[in-house]
Amino acid sequence: MKSIINIKKLIHDYQKYNEDGQVESTYRAVDEVSLDVQPGQFIAILGHNGSGKSTLAKHLNAILLPTEGSVYVDGKDTRDEEKIREIRQTAGMVFQNPDNQIIGTVVDEDVAFGPENMGVPSEEIEKRVEEGLKTVEMWEYRSHSPNKLSGGQKQRVAIAGVVAMHPKCIVLDEPTAMLDPVGRREVIRAARKLNKEEHVTIILITHYMEEVTFADQVIVMDQGKILMQGTPKEVFSRVEELKEHRLDVPQVTMLAHELRKSGLNIPEGILTREELIGELVKLKTTGATEGGAICP
Amino acid sequence: MIRDITIGQYYPTDSVIHRLDPRTKLVWTLAYIFSLFLFRSFASYAVATILLITVIKISKVPFKFMVKGMKAVVILLLITVAFNLFLIPGTTLVQIWKLRITYEGLNTAVFMALRLTYLIIGSSVMTLTTTPNQLTDGMEKGLAPLNKIHVPVHDVAMMMSIALRFIPILLEETDKIMKAQMARGADFETGNLITKAKNMIPLLVPLFISAFRRANDLAMAMEARGYYGGEGRTKMRPLVYQKNDRIAYIILPLYLMAMFAAKKIVGV
Repeated sequence: MKSIINIKKLIHDYQKYNEDGQVESTYRAVDEVSLDVQPGQFIAILGHNGSGKSTLAKHLNAILLPTEGSVYVDGKDTRDEEKIREIRQTAGMVFQNPDNQIIGTVVDEDVAFGPENMGVPSEEIEKRVEEGLKTVEMWEYRSHSPNKLSGGQKQRVAIAGVVAMHPKCIVLDEPTAMLDPVGRREVIRAARKLNKEEHVTIILITHYMEEVTFADQVIVMDQGKILMQGTPKEVFSRVEELKEHRLDVPQVTMLAHELRKSGLNIPEGILTREELIGELVKLKTTGATEGGAICP
Repeated sequence: MIRDITIGQYYPTDSVIHRLDPRTKLVWTLAYIFSLFLFRSFASYAVATILLITVIKISKVPFKFMVKGMKAVVILLLITVAFNLFLIPGTTLVQIWKLRITYEGLNTAVFMALRLTYLIIGSSVMTLTTTPNQLTDGMEKGLAPLNKIHVPVHDVAMMMSIALRFIPILLEETDKIMKAQMARGADFETGNLITKAKNMIPLLVPLFISAFRRANDLAMAMEARGYYGGEGRTKMRPLVYQKNDRIAYIILPLYLMAMFAAKKIVGV
């Protein structure tokens, strides 16, 4: 299958200018990253501040252009000026701060903003707005002012705004960083729903490990490079390595890891509570002798 | 709560006036103001009064909301009346000590007072029945012909609607910064005007920085959603004149003719 996003040896340098407008220093935010995403996948990119994950995200929507290397979105080079409109329509983007990306003064007007820019006919826009708002379960709020919504609701409106543009791929750049736990769950649920039901490719950038346990692929970035890549199970099996890079693992994974270290016969890479319970029950029924002192 | 304030003074209810196209309302308001200056006679003003009362009745907006707008200009109104009443020379009506009220003075003063009151109530009818958004939309579409002489109508309308959207956000932010600075010992209340203004600096600097940051983010978000200016854009709900708008436009010349006829026939 043709890949939806293809990144080849992408390098991005931020340049700092002095007062005379000359380059004073350069900072390499993304360093030779190559990545291939298939349509319909749910990809999570992890990493803490300054790991280059947000810079990478902005390349997928042609907001930033490569210093070296190339980025292809649905087969189109982001450096091609003429294709920029198509690229932005193919890869929608949701940003971190919900307040700063809502343009309309009423919820449905904001969702209509993207399709209006694309020149979609009026009746079609109405349909898309309804469909977008229903996907993120915000239809009842269509005539509200965005200022009166909670953070999670605003972020869902932003997602609906992107959905209404009918993109093949949605890049969510730390959409949950400014939200409370309830809002975080709402946003992640909306993203998963889009991926499962509409088969939209999702690229979720975050630093909350709990949000990525169901992803098809997890990519861990550090200092502009890809540190690890694989299924959540594979990545979270490497607890010690993640810890070295000051990255957390989900609490359950951590607990399982500690139990294993103290002698229980549990596999690495446990991601959910149910999984851990299952393993523990199995241990008890088989009456394993190992670690009997801890689990009598 | 600070976030609950509404911008403008829109009174949400459903009436024929509310549903009129904002362009119709703009044109009507302008014509009404124009007519008040053009036909200076009691008979014409009677026509204007009847129209105003009828429109207020149809709009279903309580009368006290209309009068609210008057509060701001009451002093201006009184001064105007006073000056006109006492300073215009002519045939004396009453004289108390050195104050002289002339017939001409009384006449002008009454017209001035009526004109100002009707002006304000007349435009209040528009702002009370039209959301700020509809107004910007109306202006964008109504002034679209100016595009031909390179007036950036769409850009101005877009800026206005973004400004409207960010007013409550920035107000909330101001509130937050104020509290944060007060917690660190900043004083916004005491002192004379100059010290008060100086004390505003720790409030204004962070507010401006944050506003610029927001503007930057917003520009990026708009670009990411494919915004390239007004060209080739469509509207979800384009403004289309309805039957009621057509009726309103038919009544407009009739009203102006009635004003004119009233002045000619009655003569005062």
